[in-house]
Amino acid sequence: MHLLYSIFVDPFMQMGHAPDLLVQTLWDGLVSGVLYALIALGFVLIFKASGVFNFAQGIMVVFAALTLVGLNEHGVPAYVALALTVVVMLVLAVAVERAILRPLVNQPEIILFMATFGLTYVLIGLGELIFGGDPKVMISGELGLPSGSYRINMLGGYVQLQKIDIAAAIIASLMVAGLGIVFNRTRIGRALRAVADSHRAALSVGISLEQIWVVVWFAAGVVALATGIMWGARSNVSFALEIIALKALPVLILGGFTSIPGAIVGGLIIGVGEKMGEFYWGPLVGGGIESWFAYVIALVFLLFRPQGLFGERIIERL
Amino acid sequence: MRLKYLVLGAAVAGVIGASVPASEALAKDSMLVPLFTYRTGPFANSGIPIANGMHDYLSMLNARDGGIGGVKINVQECETQYKNEKGVECYDSFKSRHPLVINPYSTGITLALIPKASVDQIPILSMAYGLSASAVGADFPWIFNPPDTYWDGMSIALKYIAQKEGGGFDKLKGKTIGFIYFDGGYGREPIPLLNDFAKEYGFNVKMYPVPPPQMQSQSGLWLGVRRDRPDWMIMWGWGAMNPTAVQEAAKTGYPLDHFIGVWWSGSEDDARPAGAGGKGYLSMNFNAVGANYPAIKDIEKYVIAKGNSQTPKDMVGENFYNRGIMNAVVIAEAIRHAQKLTGKKVIDGADMRRGLETLKISEQRWKQIGLAGFGPPIHVTCADHNGHGSVYVQQWDGKKWVKVSDWIAPVKDKVMPLLDEAAKDYVGKNQPWPKRDEPCDDKTL
Repeated sequence: MHLLYSIFVDPFMQMGHAPDLLVQTLWDGLVSGVLYALIALGFVLIFKASGVFNFAQGIMVVFAALTLVGLNEHGVPAYVALALTVVVMLVLAVAVERAILRPLVNQPEIILFMATFGLTYVLIGLGELIFGGDPKVMISGELGLPSGSYRINMLGGYVQLQKIDIAAAIIASLMVAGLGIVFNRTRIGRALRAVADSHRAALSVGISLEQIWVVVWFAAGVVALATGIMWGARSNVSFALEIIALKALPVLILGGFTSIPGAIVGGLIIGVGEKMGEFYWGPLVGGGIESWFAYVIALVFLLFRPQGLFGERIIERL
Repeated sequence: MRLKYLVLGAAVAGVIGASVPASEALAKDSMLVPLFTYRTGPFANSGIPIANGMHDYLSMLNARDGGIGGVKINVQECETQYKNEKGVECYDSFKSRHPLVINPYSTGITLALIPKASVDQIPILSMAYGLSASAVGADFPWIFNPPDTYWDGMSIALKYIAQKEGGGFDKLKGKTIGFIYFDGGYGREPIPLLNDFAKEYGFNVKMYPVPPPQMQSQSGLWLGVRRDRPDWMIMWGWGAMNPTAVQEAAKTGYPLDHFIGVWWSGSEDDARPAGAGGKGYLSMNFNAVGANYPAIKDIEKYVIAKGNSQTPKDMVGENFYNRGIMNAVVIAEAIRHAQKLTGKKVIDGADMRRGLETLKISEQRWKQIGLAGFGPPIHVTCADHNGHGSVYVQQWDGKKWVKVSDWIAPVKDKVMPLLDEAAKDYVGKNQPWPKRDEPCDDKTL
């Protein structure tokens, strides 16, 4: 009886007793959710264009952030370093297309997936060789990102909004909107959607697969850079950031691997869900449930929508 | 076909290559000291300075003194990435090469290696980490964890908090202490002692576990801290967990001068990313911070200046770099003791065990080796493989660590009986556990 009370009554009583904490939890969840959506977007872009689950997305986040901070450490001004890092991500996209995707075209998808494993370890080695394994402090101040917080007294308590979180939410939203426009309203976006539907059909109408792959890997690289800046500002820039990519997996399960809106809505649901879970139900089992509670949410959704929130329902005739 | 032969050839060359160090290790002119390190992966921020400190001190002894007792130390690193399975692989790759001692640098790896040590006759040095109960020499003759166990550390943290609250442990009654910890073997290790003290002195404990995937995403956890409002927070963190926790504490508005980390949560890189917000954060420490020691000057002269180190100049003297030096001092002094005890110049693992079991580093000895006041006196005996030394508390002033307490002794009369009990419990659960038949050089058993 006590257990049922703890699960079904007490958390809601807490929400009523301390509504400021409920608002704070929702805000923190939304901010985390936007950042998860950003990571998930990197996966979705590449999966849509090539059907490959890019295992290297996590290390791309680290590589991009390290490049930015490393260049700045060598005296390159912050905004120039940012521009140069974007160029580095473009070079990486071209190199991946030339060295991995092009030679492996028409190979089974699992081979391409394994190739991204290889790419992960190459980037880890290259990153350590160039930048060392030491953690670095993100140059958020130099990039004009705000610090400090707003404290809003409300609901008998207060809600604290970190300025960096607000900036992260705005930047991530703009990026998501920008990508949405690019992929829905431009020629290249239509070409990408054509490639996502069928490589062969896209080729037959003259769409260059190589060009599309470079574009999506570059877009994923830019997304990785934004992710690295935002997460790096919350902790530091080190190879530990790679683990953050794991946060995208429940988002992908929930939102589907091919849907940009799915990545966004999935990220928000997972972000809010895991924070609420940890805060209100975590203490029941000793806390620390955030990492697996996200998967519980995703799996529960899958029971009702096996194709994910916005994934396409595939019906095959037998 | 050519490719096939190339791959085959490379494999054969690899096998031959791998056998070379074996003969090298058996050579009479050097002693093999493997260092398990993690210069890569999510824990590299903590692992790199420690690896550099260990490597540089031992290399300095080779360059300046020609080794120890005229015998060079063959320092070889093995990268574990702080992963248990890689640590065990490293151990297996070294065990047939007659290493003097294994430094796992991970509680998880130490726990995996403890049952192997007595079988393979290779001592394990887990300096201020690992299984607390392994301090009991009667049950763990091959394991050494000076200068403090995690249980000592927890008792010191609670003692410090009690002092700040105005006196003895009775001042903790009714208080709430939050414990944020790495949710693995290392972080869970001091929980039995914390619960025991809470029961005895009437304070409440709130647990905040941080699973490895959540190391850099702790905002939900710190919301819990805001709700629970613990009077003090104690942290057992590692790697990227530490700087994230300090930043989240600052963001939440938790008073950082009421937040104290274990000695593994007190590197410059743990506090620095929080910027001015990290000011006031406390951590325990047992080694000095700073480079103004003759031995460290020798490291700069004989190793770093000659390009034989991976250490950036500004890392020298930082807390975890010095921690690595302290670990290397324990190794070097144990080798000296073993050489003296056995009369041999080139010793083996069994001799090293005797050296570790009679290890004494007095204040005078710290001075003699060019590190006056660098660490607490260390005294290991046959019965006590730890020494339970004193620890001081340091505080981050926004730019550097500042010592803010005297040396604080652990609550030995409480810790020791609990350790004995835990050792018995471990032995009982791991039967058949070998009965100690190694003689004592100091007759303390």
